[in-house]
Parts: sequence; structure tokens; C-alpha cells
Amino acid sequence: MEYEIVIGLEVHVELKTKSKIFCSCSTAFGSEPNSQVCPFCLGMPGALPVLNQKVVEFATRASLALGCTIHTSSIFHRKNYFYPDLPAAYQISQFDQPLATEGKIALTDGNIIGVTRVHMEAEAGKSTHQGDNILAAEFSLEDFNRSGIGLIEIVSEPDIRSPQEAKEYLERLKAILEYTEVSDCKMEEGSLRCDANISLRPMGSSKLGTKAELKNLNSFRAVERALEYEVERQTQLLDRGERVVQETRNWDEAKGITSSMRSKEEAHDYRYFPEPDLLPLELERSWIEEIRSTLPELPHARAARFQQEYGLPQYDAELLVGSKALANFYEETVSLFPEPKEVANWVMVEVLRLLRSSEQEIQQSKLTAKGLAGLLKLVQDGTISGSVGKTVLEKMFKTGQEPGEIVEKQGLSQISDQGKLEEIIAQVVAANPKSVTDFKAGKGKAMGFLVGQVMKQTRGMANPQLTNKLLGEFLKKQ
Amino acid sequence: MELYQKTAHELSGLLAKKEISARELTENVLAQIQKKDSELGAFITVTGERALETAQKVDELRAKGEKLGALAGIPLAVKDNICTEGIPTTCASKMLADFIPPYSATVMEKLSLLPLVGKANLDEFAMGSSTQSSAFHPTRNPHDPKRVPGGSSGGPAAAVASGEAIMALGTDTGGSIRQPAAFCGVVGLKPTYGRVSRFGAVAFASSLDQVGPIARDVEDAALLLEAIAGPDALDGTVSSKAVPDFRASLKSGVRGMKIGLPKEYLALELAPAVQEKLAQAREHLEAQGAQCVEVSLPRSQYAAAVYHLIASAEASSNLARFDGVRYGHRAENCPDTLTMYLQSRSEGFGPEVKLRIMLGTYALSADAYADFYQKAQKVRRLIADDFAHSFSQCDCLLLPTTSGLPPLLGQELEPRESYTADLCTVSANLAGLPALSLPSGMSEEGLPVGLQLVGNHFQEETLLKVAWTLEQCFGQVEVK
Amino acid sequence: MVITPEKTKQLAQLARLALFGDEAAEFAEQLSGILTYTQQIQSLNTEGTEPMIYPRATKTIMRDDVVVPSLSQEQALANAPQMQDGMFRVPRIIEEE
Repeated sequence: MEYEIVIGLEVHVELKTKSKIFCSCSTAFGSEPNSQVCPFCLGMPGALPVLNQKVVEFATRASLALGCTIHTSSIFHRKNYFYPDLPAAYQISQFDQPLATEGKIALTDGNIIGVTRVHMEAEAGKSTHQGDNILAAEFSLEDFNRSGIGLIEIVSEPDIRSPQEAKEYLERLKAILEYTEVSDCKMEEGSLRCDANISLRPMGSSKLGTKAELKNLNSFRAVERALEYEVERQTQLLDRGERVVQETRNWDEAKGITSSMRSKEEAHDYRYFPEPDLLPLELERSWIEEIRSTLPELPHARAARFQQEYGLPQYDAELLVGSKALANFYEETVSLFPEPKEVANWVMVEVLRLLRSSEQEIQQSKLTAKGLAGLLKLVQDGTISGSVGKTVLEKMFKTGQEPGEIVEKQGLSQISDQGKLEEIIAQVVAANPKSVTDFKAGKGKAMGFLVGQVMKQTRGMANPQLTNKLLGEFLKKQ
Repeated sequence: MELYQKTAHELSGLLAKKEISARELTENVLAQIQKKDSELGAFITVTGERALETAQKVDELRAKGEKLGALAGIPLAVKDNICTEGIPTTCASKMLADFIPPYSATVMEKLSLLPLVGKANLDEFAMGSSTQSSAFHPTRNPHDPKRVPGGSSGGPAAAVASGEAIMALGTDTGGSIRQPAAFCGVVGLKPTYGRVSRFGAVAFASSLDQVGPIARDVEDAALLLEAIAGPDALDGTVSSKAVPDFRASLKSGVRGMKIGLPKEYLALELAPAVQEKLAQAREHLEAQGAQCVEVSLPRSQYAAAVYHLIASAEASSNLARFDGVRYGHRAENCPDTLTMYLQSRSEGFGPEVKLRIMLGTYALSADAYADFYQKAQKVRRLIADDFAHSFSQCDCLLLPTTSGLPPLLGQELEPRESYTADLCTVSANLAGLPALSLPSGMSEEGLPVGLQLVGNHFQEETLLKVAWTLEQCFGQVEVK
Repeated sequence: MVITPEKTKQLAQLARLALFGDEAAEFAEQLSGILTYTQQIQSLNTEGTEPMIYPRATKTIMRDDVVVPSLSQEQALANAPQMQDGMFRVPRIIEEE
């Protein structure tokens, strides 16, 4: 039996406003526990929420970037449940009158994933479990610094059809949010979290199957892996004629499996009701449109422009716009060294490689657009060879030095002086008589070997094209 | 006449002229507490030392020639569900018996130059109308110690009525300032919803609660209201409307005004004393040139039902924060959080509070939401519409504060009686309207009777003016 | 309107209240009485009437995104029943069964 995979994703994103959504406490990360709290975010008696305008602005911005309709009237609701990280035993969220609905994200394969809604809510505090394992802990410790940070929850339609699409959706979502600068979107810091819902149904059926909700997904890759596991698990169940249970499942990164947490059949009765302490939110259309006018060029549009303006293929363009900072870096470099395809290759291959291995983002690295442009000029005018260029780039990356400085200090200038080269060629040929014989006998590899020897002797500095030419001429004379 | 028997506006004059000091006034009031409170039980915590410190400070500032507000140095009692920094704020509950807030309510910040003589008793978490459900002790009516002072602000009302404070702050969710004011023979005012900040007042029902003054006379109530009213960055439901001088038009009379008498309320089963005072009030107002007109509030009878559903729903959510995690009572030796929640909350809350929490939980539950909570909110709008309509026909309404006289301590009211009593006061909370209870003399048995005025949104000035006029007829109730 | 002791226990659990002895039966009776009384509102026609959440028709007032320091760690923890390393300590967290 062939099954269709149906996936929906719920993503929570922390907004990087300076103060929390309903109180004026700082949202700064990494402070002493319980040092950024007030009577409100501690759930103390008599404390009341007052809405942070910036949170509404950021939420509106993000929603517009996702193509949503913004509702000029919305209200907040209380979601009531008991948990030690929830100081008032209710979360202020939005229920049936959210800020925004009906957006979309387009994927490379052409599939368009609907965004059902975007709504605002408050973050809960942070629990630390003794031994880091909630199931075995004897006690837990609560820090409410995080309590009350403004969140948006972005819910997708169940339009995602594979674990790979899910990963791509997340990457695109993250890129869009980064561009709007409303969040740091760092899963490892908790500013972006994802829960996944997945069910299977017979191919061709329009009726939804029973879904499982997956939690504890700490990276995009984890999301993909967990969903792959679930596809397997649910397929096997259904093939055997068994039922999939509607439940919450916990992803175990180390073991690579999901396991049942609790039955979703016994759904919580959250007793939602409109938050009486927050009056209705009424937004002016003109305010919304003003925010729309300040939206930056979003990834999709930027990629299209890169293709058009710089003649880049779609794949390259989309890779470069994946992070706003990277796209900015690329364009700045091109403005200083107007060879867009050349720059694109260097950025996509060399720069990304260096960033990945050092686990840095471009904006954190010491490499500048000016630096890269400078380096590419040196390669273009023959001062150094391409391969030396890669070495210099690495050094620039580590130290932030100017390329010219590095080349000079390390004596890396390409040797293009004909006389000098001829001298070295003569030495190499004299030292390798067998290769000369091989060359004369028509063995093509011999030439390459000799070039290699020249390179070795010059520590890679010999101008490869010139070396080839001169060596060829020299050998002919032998 | 003893100092503790005088009104705040009179004492204010004496203080300003330095005929008396804040210190001696405070000492006088504290002595009265010392004398009476073991019997009356108006206070949970007496804060004598702190009060004297404030009084000292006021005297020093005055000596320096500083210009001080009218109420500086006036001894104040505050209901113990209003947070006071560094002073236990218990809500008359075991749940918060040891809770010392690190912050003060906004209204307290505004009254920092009034010596706080003590935190006054209330029904636990403000849920009740007799102060008997306080976890610590009941409060007695100063006019008859065998009777209740009313509730939930029974402590503040009894304190003002007995000279244990010159004025007080209470809270009113369904009549909790007005009814005890009526039972104790003092003035109680529930402001328009959004007139006074609720920050620091422990929430019972968020869309109904207001903090308000309890005072000896109308002028005092006006003074205290003015001191506490106004916008607050910590409460998003407070109006930005400017706070007027509430005393300005106090004495300007009622000539030409229309006073509405809602027929549904007058048709309730009312004690003879209440009916008598209503008739007297009507006569006096007409004699002063006002016109009394009959109006109708057709959906009045549903007000108590609507109130109980909405108030308990909101309360069930507001009281969920009392879970033993961050402050308040935590049960001992709980192996896990589920046990901790169940034990702590069962030990911390009294039966009335538990009942209302469960009622509210039901009203909000998935099955019941539409028929109970949401339906109640719709009927609420109808009730509010009735009031709005009536204000097109009159300037303010005259009706009973409550249907009867203060019951005996320990006497359980029949549900029907208690709903009828509730009806008189809850509708003003539902509609967010300002309402005032004015002492209108004594019954034959020597028990105070109060009458109520309800006005349109932000029309406290109208209420105060009519109340002042009636006060000239009924006089003040003496502090013994 | 009848609320059974069984239903009362469910409500109590939702509200994290433990009931002992006859409490379930007693509360059930009281709840039934109050709810029966409130049922009279069912007879009113409220078609076309919006629920009234807020007593006055106004819109929310928002605040600027400015940080205002509030409580110190010491103040925040001053009323804590149990604390450790600057955090509130709670026993093992378990979900409702």
C-alpha cells in the first residue's frame, strides 16, 4: 500500500524586543536566574499585563513577510493549565481571533505550504531537571527570566508531503524571519522551536489519518530524522492493519527513535476564555501598511533578482539568499569586484566551507566583503594563483588581515617572472631526466608531473598557466 | 468629640493649621484599635509602628513648610487583599498567611503620606458578603457585635465605623464595598471600571473588580477617590481620562436633575426599614428640586445568575497561580508536583473559595462554555444596555444597596435571600458603572440602613453630588 | 442541573483541588443548586447579542519597548517555599494521569 505523508509544523519564535510582551522586564539571554523578573512575569497576586507595542509590530512584520492577512481586530485569550514553569497557571495567547491568517511559503519543488495562522503569546519560564532528564529527576528548578518573552506561533497547513520538505520549510521560514529581523531564530538558544504533526493516508485519499505529535526536536535535521522515523513506524503499523494512536511522542536524538509521552486522546481542557485584563487590540490599516512598506526584500524576491541581475542559476541564487547576512556579504563583494559568477563560486564553495567548519555565521567571522573583493582582485591580476588564494582566504578568515598584507608577509606572490620561471624549469628538468624521456615518448602524465615539481619547488607560487606554457616550450627544445 | 470621631476633611483642616499633629491623631486612632479590636476583629495585621513613622514624617514635612495633599497624615486602613510592600498581605487566607509582597499596589503608592494603621479583614479572597469566611477570625458589626459587618470589605467598613481608622480602601467585585458600608453606616464608593488602577489589588474577577474608598461622609469619599484615581502604566484597563476635582460640584445641589427609580428593584422583597428610607430619600430629593422618575431595567432579575457565572469563571483562573511554587503555602513532603498542587491548594483554600473555583472551572469547561460562561456574557450585555437606556431618561439611579439588615453572625442566609441581596449590587459591576452606598439613618432596631446611587460611566461627580444632598437629610452615622 | 460527585471530582482535579471524605458529595449538592439557579439565563433570547467581555468599549493601550528594572533576585525569591541556586525548587514534575 502506498501512503501519502501529511505533515504540519507548529513553530514558536521568540521575538527580539528589548522588553517582554506584557511587562517591562529585559529579554536578554544568559543572565543570573530570576534577575529579570517582576510581579507580573512571576505570577504574583495583583499584577497585570500591559501590551508591548513592539511585539505587535514584530508579529505584524513577520506575518506580512509570510504573506498573511493581518486582522485589524484581535483579542488575547487565557490558556489555563498547571505546570511549574507557568507562573500564573495560564498562558496569555490568542485563540479564535489571532493576529494573522492565510499566509504561505513556497518550496523549491513548487509545493506551496499554507500558513494557517500567526498569533502572539507569552513564553513560559525555564525548567532545569535534576540530571537533565525529566522522567528520572527527583526535583526541578525554575528560572522565570524567560517567562513573558514575546512569542509568535506559526502554524502551517498540513501541506508538507515529506520529511525533506519539512526541513526545507523550516529553512525558508527561518530565512524569512531573519530577513525581517524580528528574531535570532536560533534553535540551539531556544529562540526557535518546532513541534511536528504527522499522519499517513492511502495515496489518493482525502481523509486525514490519525496523527502523532512529535516533541523535543532540537534542530532542523532532528525534525527531518524524527519524521523519517515516524513515516517508517506508521507505515509498518498500517501495513499490519493496526491503528496509529493519536498521541504525543518524544524524539530521542541519541537513540534515533520516537516514544510515546502521553495520549493526546485525553486532550487538555484548556478552558480558553478572553483575557479580561487586556482590552481588544485594534490596529489601523495605515499602521499595518507602513510596516509592510518597511519590509526588506525577502529571500524569494532577492533570489529572483540575483538570477536576473547577476545571471546566477536558481540553485546558486537560493543558496546565497539563505541567510540575509550572507546575501548582503555577497552583494557587497560584487559591488567592489563586479564579477558576480566568480564571487558566487568563491562564496558558495570556499567561504561557506570555512564558516561551516568553524561553526560561525558570516556576520561573526573576521572576513569582510572588502577583504574578499581585494583577494579576488589579486587572483584576477595574477599576483597570486587561485589555489594560493584559497590559502590566503583561510588566513584572512582566521586573522582578519588584509589579503595584500598576508601575501606580502608570507611571500606568496605568484611567480610570473618569465626569467625566474625558466630558471626553475631548467632546474626541475635537469633533476628529472626520466620525465623528459617519458614526455618525448608521448606520455602525457610526464608534463603534469614536471609542472607539479615546479609547483613544489616554488611552494605553489608559480603561475600555473605560464609554467605550463614555458615548460612546454622548454621541453620542445630538449 | 474625639479625634477618631471626626471626618478626614475636618482633620485635614486641623492638621493644615497645625492645631493637631499627625502623630497625635494617629496615636488617637491606634488607641481606639487597642481598645476595640479584640472584640471587633476588624484587623488582620495592625501596623502601628509604621503608621507612627509615616505620621512623624508628615509632621516633619509640614514643619518645613512643604505643601502637602489634603489627606497627608490621615490614618488609613486597607483591605488585606491590597498589596503593601514589606507588610503581610494575606487575603484572609491560609494560602497567603506568610506572603510579604516586594511591591505595593499603585493605590498605596499614591497614599504614601497616609499613616497605614493596619490591614483589614475580609472574606477569604474577597469571596463573600459577611467577612465570616476569613481564615483567621470574623469581624463584628460595630453597631451590634452579634451581627456581621457585611463583606467582603467587612474589616475596612467596621474600622471606619468604629474609629479604628478615619478612612479605608476596600475592593468591590459584586458589592463588596457598598454592602458592608451600608451595614456599618459609612459611605462606600465603587468607582467606574477603569477609574482606579487595579495593580496590586489581588484579582478576584478581573472584569468586575475595582478598588474604592470607604469613608465617614461623602466629602471624605470624594477626597479619597481623587487621591487614588488616574492612569497607571501598570494597568492597561485604566482610562486615560483626566481625574476631576471630585469635590468641586459636591454642594451644588440637585435642582433640575432627574433621579431614576428602577421599578424592578423597588419591587424586590425589601426590609421595611429599607423601603422607608427609600421613600424618605425620594421625598427629600424632590423637595430639593429634583424630579424622581420611574425607569425600567427589564433584565435585572438575571444579574445575580450572570454575576456568579462570570465572577467564578474569572476567579477560577485568577486563583490558579496559588500553586505553592513561587510563594504562598506549600504542603510538606510532596514527592511530586501533582501532589504538591493538590495538597497545597486544598490546605490553603477555605470551602467557599473551593466552591467558587469549581463553579468557575465548570462554567469554562468545554461542555459548559457556550451555555454558561458565554451565555452569561451575552446577558451581561443586555443588562448593561438596560442601564445605558435608563441613563437617557435620568441622571442617576436610586435603589437599595441591599435588601435587608445585617444578619446575625453564624446565620446562614437562604440562597433565595442571598441572591436577592446580591441583585442590588452586582449589576453595577457587570456594567462597569460607578455606584455609591450612603448611610440613610438607622432602623428601629438601631441598625444602619444604606441606600445606593448608580451613575453612568465616569459620572462619580453626579453620584457624589446627589449623595451629599441626601446626606444633609439623613446626617452621618455617629462613631461611638 | 445536576452535578454528580463524580463530576465534582473531575472539576476538582482540573482545578488541582483534592477532596476528602464527604466533600465531593457536599460540593456536588452546592454546585447543583447554584447552577440550577443560573440556568434561568437560558430562557433569555440572546440571538445577535455579542458577549460582553469588557465593561467599557475601549481598545488596548500599548506601551513602548523600554526595559524597566524590577525585582532583584533576592526579592523574587524572598517568598519561595523552596529554592536552590537562585531558582525555585519543585519536586519531580509529573503530568496528570
